[in-house]
Amino acid sequence: MSEPIEGHLVHGAIWTIKELYTYPNEYLYWTVHIVIYPFLTGLVAGAFVLSSLYHVFGKNELRPVSKFALVFSLALLIMAPTPLLFHLTKPWRALNTMLTPHFYSAISAFIFVYLTYMSIVVAEVWFVFRPFIVQQAREKTGYLGLLYKVLTLGSYDVSERALALDHKISKILAAVGIPAAALLHGYVGFIFGSVKTVPLWKTPLMPFIFLMSAVISGLAICIATYIAVMTFKKTYICLTTVRSMGKTLTLFLIIAFLLESLDIVFHAYTAEEFWAILSEIIFHRFSVNILVLQWGLGMIVPLVLLLIPNAGLIRSFVASCLVVFGVFMMRWDVVIGGQSMSRSLAGFMKFKMPILPTSIDAFREGLIVVIFLLVMPFVLLYVFNKVLPVFRDIFTEEECEIHTKEISRKEAHT
Amino acid sequence: MSLSRRDFLRMGFLAVCGTVIPLGSLEILKPEAMASLVHPYSKRKRWAYVVDTTKCVGCGMCVKACKLENEIPFNADVQRTWVERYVQLNSGEVIIDSPRGARYGYTSNDPQGRAVEQDEIAKGFFVPKLCNHCEKPSCVQVCPVGATYATPDGVVLVDRKWCIGCGYCITNCPYFARFFHPVVNTADKCTFCYHRITKGLNPACVQACPFGVRKFGKLNDPDSEVFKIINTERVAVLKPEFGNEPHVFYIGLDHIVR
Repeated sequence: MSEPIEGHLVHGAIWTIKELYTYPNEYLYWTVHIVIYPFLTGLVAGAFVLSSLYHVFGKNELRPVSKFALVFSLALLIMAPTPLLFHLTKPWRALNTMLTPHFYSAISAFIFVYLTYMSIVVAEVWFVFRPFIVQQAREKTGYLGLLYKVLTLGSYDVSERALALDHKISKILAAVGIPAAALLHGYVGFIFGSVKTVPLWKTPLMPFIFLMSAVISGLAICIATYIAVMTFKKTYICLTTVRSMGKTLTLFLIIAFLLESLDIVFHAYTAEEFWAILSEIIFHRFSVNILVLQWGLGMIVPLVLLLIPNAGLIRSFVASCLVVFGVFMMRWDVVIGGQSMSRSLAGFMKFKMPILPTSIDAFREGLIVVIFLLVMPFVLLYVFNKVLPVFRDIFTEEECEIHTKEISRKEAHT
Repeated sequence: MSLSRRDFLRMGFLAVCGTVIPLGSLEILKPEAMASLVHPYSKRKRWAYVVDTTKCVGCGMCVKACKLENEIPFNADVQRTWVERYVQLNSGEVIIDSPRGARYGYTSNDPQGRAVEQDEIAKGFFVPKLCNHCEKPSCVQVCPVGATYATPDGVVLVDRKWCIGCGYCITNCPYFARFFHPVVNTADKCTFCYHRITKGLNPACVQACPFGVRKFGKLNDPDSEVFKIINTERVAVLKPEFGNEPHVFYIGLDHIVR
């Protein structure tokens, strides 16, 4: 029976539907923004890893996407904490976390981890695009010229020596950025994994589960966006680049799937007190979400699509979109599904996302803000692309052929 | 460089035993390892609470008193204390509810809105709940800004002027004793009526209970009734497995209580 809720006085009451016995104060307090926040940070981490594959691991066939992936991770990174501001009931006090950080709390270090990572990404973007910025600062006039002049930060030295140094620094930053990205997202996983009251979250595997899903979502969104943008720009796409990304995606997809299923198998096997209600969530109430959408459509189908040899652009695009969708569903199922079993272990809560902004709460946690948060990274990418040559560094057909041959030679060698 | 088999065995054996045995003995002789790991209650002189569920009739006066005393909007479905009703039927089915936190009291046989006949019921009882003012409160541990804190006398409080409203403390409370205050929009919870107890008065709920279900006092104080009960009777706490060391002790707790 759903308990009638009097008035809409209480935070959480408008989107929570209670069933059976839930504690009187129990509502879904962490909702859609806590879904989007790890989703966006995950995309950041994945996109950054992709750009580092070229910079650090010498995967030369990924050169055309490395700049794009780097700038895209910056766009996503800027948006990553915004869902939290919508989530806080006192957003203007957000900076209290910096004024009186309480380091026993798993979330108090977020702003510091975030700012560290942000400075690494911003610095790398600057070093990677510096020659272009200097050139534009010299050529362009007016407001745009002024913007580029500011962006040079007064450094106009583009001699060979300076550029070599730039290259070295950006390589170091990319290398440092990988553990930083892993830390940022593993840390988000820790925030969930350390909540001892929610059985679905409380597992030491959580940081690794989050990290792997982060990498696959970031790789996948880069593949999908890259193919879409290049197709719309009617530009030649080197299939070798796409396939190389697809191969990395496949590898991480397998690890992510293994970790997620290990978690569930472990819960089922140990069958602690909460397993009765947890299995009800997994196999009944969230069965479509978890089994069909998150695992079936989001992992197994793309895995099959990617494992069949000779993936083309359409197949890679579809597989990548499915992976992104699957990871979003995973965040949803973890956050909403985890909380929808009552802490009394004797009842359930359903989340009904507010569609129309009928009140401040309904607006803050509603559909309009969700769409805004999910669209903004693409808007930022569009803006950045106006200022920096994000998509210009691409392979010609000849270059693509050279890299294709090089890869097949390497593969034959191994 | 070469090593004879004899030297290898001799020196290897000496080195491994030489490190393992002294360090291993540290573990064996560690005083904590000998001591009991069961702590029945805090060693501090701190506030504690006793609920005698065998006496509770579900009148809801405590909930009402708390709402009025602490200015939690009466009609809002959040409360610092509430009373749960447990009904176990002859069929073995358990029905639990707490409509409106029981602020209007229980007046009819309708758990979860179901009509239940008297002779269907195997056992039924009421369990008042409130913040457990844990010795190791996980809500305090997770507050990112330190807005929630424990006082030296064992009461967990929230600073309304500093709380950012992230809800992490609410999520981390095993008892769901916390909620967002409908007016000030910050995390809110039972304070043991800190404004009253520091003046020598009882919490409003204890004051309002007509049946002596709720008792309040200091631990480790030989004159305190609460301390006598906790020390001499068989009491239980809710969800001890979370390690929070709750300091609301229950008499007559049943295993179906959540």
